[in-house]
Amino acid sequence: MNGIENQQCLIDVQDLAVHFGAPENPVRAVDGVSFQIFSGEIVALVGESGSGKSISALALAKLIPEPAARIAGGKILFRGADTLAMNHAELRTLRGAKIAYIFQEPATSLNPVFTVGYQIGEAIKLHRRGVHVKTEVKKLLASVGLPEPARAAKSYPHELSGGMQQRAMIAMALACDPDLLVADEPTTALDVTVQKQILELLLQLRAERGLSILLITHNLGIVANTADRIYVMHRGKIVESGDTKTVLKNPQDVYTKNLIAAVPRLHHE
Amino acid sequence: MNELLTVENVVVQYGELTAVNGVSFSLNAGETLGLVGESGCGKSSLGRAILGLEKISGGTVLFAGQEVSRLKGRALKNFRRQAQMVFQDPFGSLNPRMTVGSAIEEVLLVHKIGANRAACYKKAAALFQDVGLSPDWLRRYPHEFSGGQRQRIGIARALALEPKLLIADEPVSALDVSVQAEIITLLKRLQQERGLAYLFIGHDLAVVRAMSDRIAVMYKGKIVEIGDSDQVCENPQDTYTKTLLSAVPDIDAALKDA
Repeated sequence: MNGIENQQCLIDVQDLAVHFGAPENPVRAVDGVSFQIFSGEIVALVGESGSGKSISALALAKLIPEPAARIAGGKILFRGADTLAMNHAELRTLRGAKIAYIFQEPATSLNPVFTVGYQIGEAIKLHRRGVHVKTEVKKLLASVGLPEPARAAKSYPHELSGGMQQRAMIAMALACDPDLLVADEPTTALDVTVQKQILELLLQLRAERGLSILLITHNLGIVANTADRIYVMHRGKIVESGDTKTVLKNPQDVYTKNLIAAVPRLHHE
Repeated sequence: MNELLTVENVVVQYGELTAVNGVSFSLNAGETLGLVGESGCGKSSLGRAILGLEKISGGTVLFAGQEVSRLKGRALKNFRRQAQMVFQDPFGSLNPRMTVGSAIEEVLLVHKIGANRAACYKKAAALFQDVGLSPDWLRRYPHEFSGGQRQRIGIARALALEPKLLIADEPVSALDVSVQAEIITLLKRLQQERGLAYLFIGHDLAVVRAMSDRIAVMYKGKIVEIGDSDQVCENPQDTYTKTLLSAVPDIDAALKDA
């Protein structure tokens, strides 16, 4: 991305540490991690299972599973405000309205006993006043590319395909017009063809709304095609970061090199 | 070439729905055929139908010249020894209350491969070693293993009966890329050592290509294209194959125009 220096820093994570287990002998899931996300930027956080990438992302809105996990150090600044020092009321505004999340398995994130429209409407009712909820829900469902928004709103999650469920989750995440969308393995459970559609949707939303996206994935093919910048995480630490294409073309760290070598290639050289 | 599996005009129906609609192909001993397609295209139903786990409503499946749907008694049991399955979610296919060792030993006991528990244990230990796991872990429960380790256990269990055909249904889809690469390397080594034939089912063409000699592309219950892996990936003929190929997030292409 060009001219990052001139843009506003949305999220500034400084030396973040998240520990699990006994304080005397903690598991350092996140061990001194620093990263920044600027407005309108797509940043990839890459690493294998257990590298600490999801926990780092959850920590942004203080969503880590306390007391099993605790923030053991560092700072998270959202537009300059320290989120770790926020009280419950401030956190409620931050969550959903400023930072929204979508996860790998849309089916488990949606409540099976309520219609999709009801669940999206709930977020609107909680965070926004003076809007007509039903109209807004339909508008949101249309904006994420669901062909029949009125019908989708009345559907229960099981009546939608995996790709449609993920679109509905994105609509819910966008309900309060957040500044940052954290997408944690958003397409891992989906087919390649559907995956491509969802990634195109994310790019389109960034272009239309200036949305910043933190994309968590282990698929470097996706990263190469989507993200502006990349942070590679390994065992709780960031081992390499930079412009996506620079890092992937000329990786410096051994772990990054191995990760790139592990990507199955469609076309052989 | 030694033809191990012949599938002719196979149809699988669930009530009104036709999941597999007249599919034919053959698989040689020691060969890997990749079966690729999106969710709901019928690829898993086809895999299950070949093993007799799904009833076929039309066509025939021939395994080593014998029609699978007509097998009974000892012949059926013998077929089950020779054709095994590896599933996508190894956790879902292992009994959480049974140690992984007893899960493998049970298979050996049922098929009377080991004379007694001790012999079965020895065999299970050798299998564990073969798939890159420590025999000391046989007394552990499934939840004590990582996803990649569980898939190795799933493979060891499938290999216990020394099959000739392994149907692997999305065996690496739930795994991290680096673990994916390890499992693919393991499957290839086992194939070389044991002369196994694989039907490798997946939705990611890049992964399927890494494994397969030939690839069959399935769409809406039918095979729309089948051929040499290189041919299908480099010079696809069918429109759907082209769509599928263009959907794979290609790291090299993205970096090329940088």
